[in-house]
Amino acid sequence: MASAELDAAADPLATFRDEVRTWLAENFPASLRGKDNAMSAVDGPTELSPEDEAWKTAMGEKGWGVPAWPRQYGGGGLDRAQVRVLHEEMARVGAWNPIGGMGVMMFGPTLLESGSEAQKQEHIPAIARGEVRWCQGYSEPGAGSDLASLQMFAEDRGDHYLVNGQKTWTSGGQWADKCFALVRTDKTKKHEGISFLLIDMDAEGVEVKPIRLISGSSPFCETFFTNVRVPKDNLVGREGEGWTIGKRLLQHERSSLSGGGSAARMFAGKPMGALAKEYRGEDDQGRVPDQDLRMRIVRHEMDSRAFALTLRRAALEAKSNQGPSAATSIMKNVGARITQDRAELSIEIMGMNGLGWEGEGFSADELNQTRTWLWGKAVSIYGGSTEIQNNVIAKRILGMLDHQ
Amino acid sequence: MAVLNEEQTMLRDMAREWADNEAPVGAFRKMRNAAPAEGYDAAAWSEMGQMGWAGIVVPEEYGGSAFGYLSLGMVLEQLGRNLTASPLASTAAAAAGIALGSSDTAKSAWLPKIAAGELVATLAIDEGPVHDPARIATSVSDGVLTGTKEFVAEGDSAALFVVAATDGLYLVAGDAGVTRSTRKMADARSHAQVRFDGADAEKLGGPELNTKVIDLATAALAAEMLGMAEQAFATTNDYLKTRVQFGQQLSTFQALQHRMARMFTELELMRSAVEGALEAIDAGRSDTDQAVSLAKAIASDTLHLISREMVQLHGGIGMTDEHDAGFYLKRARVCETMWGNAAYHRERFARLNGY
Repeated sequence: MASAELDAAADPLATFRDEVRTWLAENFPASLRGKDNAMSAVDGPTELSPEDEAWKTAMGEKGWGVPAWPRQYGGGGLDRAQVRVLHEEMARVGAWNPIGGMGVMMFGPTLLESGSEAQKQEHIPAIARGEVRWCQGYSEPGAGSDLASLQMFAEDRGDHYLVNGQKTWTSGGQWADKCFALVRTDKTKKHEGISFLLIDMDAEGVEVKPIRLISGSSPFCETFFTNVRVPKDNLVGREGEGWTIGKRLLQHERSSLSGGGSAARMFAGKPMGALAKEYRGEDDQGRVPDQDLRMRIVRHEMDSRAFALTLRRAALEAKSNQGPSAATSIMKNVGARITQDRAELSIEIMGMNGLGWEGEGFSADELNQTRTWLWGKAVSIYGGSTEIQNNVIAKRILGMLDHQ
Repeated sequence: MAVLNEEQTMLRDMAREWADNEAPVGAFRKMRNAAPAEGYDAAAWSEMGQMGWAGIVVPEEYGGSAFGYLSLGMVLEQLGRNLTASPLASTAAAAAGIALGSSDTAKSAWLPKIAAGELVATLAIDEGPVHDPARIATSVSDGVLTGTKEFVAEGDSAALFVVAATDGLYLVAGDAGVTRSTRKMADARSHAQVRFDGADAEKLGGPELNTKVIDLATAALAAEMLGMAEQAFATTNDYLKTRVQFGQQLSTFQALQHRMARMFTELELMRSAVEGALEAIDAGRSDTDQAVSLAKAIASDTLHLISREMVQLHGGIGMTDEHDAGFYLKRARVCETMWGNAAYHRERFARLNGY
């Protein structure tokens, strides 16, 4: 064999890697290098610069914002190895994914598994191009951790459902175009009476009210539905099958909440030890002076590293494309614990400067830290609370049964 | 589980099968009751030698297989599951000290014998009840070594000692000038006091080698602890599914489910940290010291938690000598103390990170 053939045999991905490099060089605007993604679907209305817009359009057309989704619905159609190459090459040039949000993380994967052909063709390409924002209609005021007790009712009116009820904790509801919702279609059954329904947020009878949180921000909404007409075509799966589909979506959600993205954010920023020395000084041996604080920082750092190693191990071990498993509950709980410990330690290190609310006398980082701490209390509650995840671990991994 | 190559997978499966068939916890109980001076079953150790386990970290040119530390860890994990007593971890760590050392004569003289499982070797580092490699009084002058080492694992049976002195690591054969005093301890293994009184010593390397070899021994021990934690947890989980109280299986109570879920989560983190340290050693990474301290601190805390809960969740039966829970509890505390407990490694990790 000639040496070129040998090289190609040694790295079957070499050709693809070259293709990615060329494409990124031609399409990723150098001015956006290393900038954070300004296009997250939950955080708020976005005004995109022309460069942001161009990058989003290019990635959307290429399908590489959802690289593993099938090509016929606007995805990249790449296998796992190719996705890894794509991510490596994007990281190499400081490029980020401009396509995101709940459509990508949760709803898309679920619809690909459970939706009809017509539904896939209608919704998946728009998500893949980042054109449509989705929000999640799961929780209700009386149905949080006990989600299956939800009451929002969809009455069969022949060609459509007439929907009445209320959802809450609708992340980004005020900016969303569409909502994937769990609704009750049968009041006589609990789990089997639930269906998975797609609702237009601009339909008549939909009203959204933002909820102000302890952090001062309003990323969630209460959403009210009064005599909303939803076409029958918008039912995903069969009537009464919503609980099964909805649970599958929750696995995708946990997986994305605990996955690489959040871990990367978790480890960004100043190391805790350096922050402590900045605010507390050093003892005569160059250590953080408060011994108790110093050891708690070490425990936190060790926890973080063990978690990072576990995420890496889980990624390496995932040999097949079977999607998320019950093990994601472990990751979700550890990720939540570490995020909250980090925030608590940070404000403790900063003293009063870590508790500023607004105005003069505080740096932007300090004010941000206060909000991060308060906002972070949500991570052990949303997406299934820590206690719910422990139930999942006990039942699905350890094989422990329900109390009779 | 780390991603293993074909050789490693075969080795792990073979070790697991052997440990389950030939060395269940009942074998440890028999050994404990028979109380041989060496603290292990000699016939079982001989079988391990024939399977080549003592040579896993010995270079091929000296008769070993050079499979590396992840491979050694896989074997020790399987032995740890069943509390199989053996001098494998100590012998491997001592072999690594010799292989990494500067003396070619020592390598040629001893490594082939170690790899063939013909002799037990061990590290003799600490001089007090708590791991403290910074406090060493043992010294060498005119080629002879003098000092007293406390709680030397396999000290009763070792034919060869890798000994820490003030200026580095030395090799001492366990005959002339060596006196052993048995220390009977809770885990029924060998932890002898060893006195060196002008014993012939050959230099292997300076204090840096000492630190490196201790890290290897620590990572190997953490692998044994991983196996112990894994099995202590599994045994407890099985018990909760059989024991009935208030007309229910204990495993149906949410308060117990959440404790088990929490422990299982910690066990997953422990596995990542332990395998991470073994992989760091194999890769020759410069932050291996941090990876080892991370592994030992987390391994100590997690095994502590799981071994305590094993006794508690078994209730009265867990308090009896008839049940195995006590064996896990006792060995767990010894493993926690060996090569530095969690507090020691957190302090070391802090220093290595400049806190």
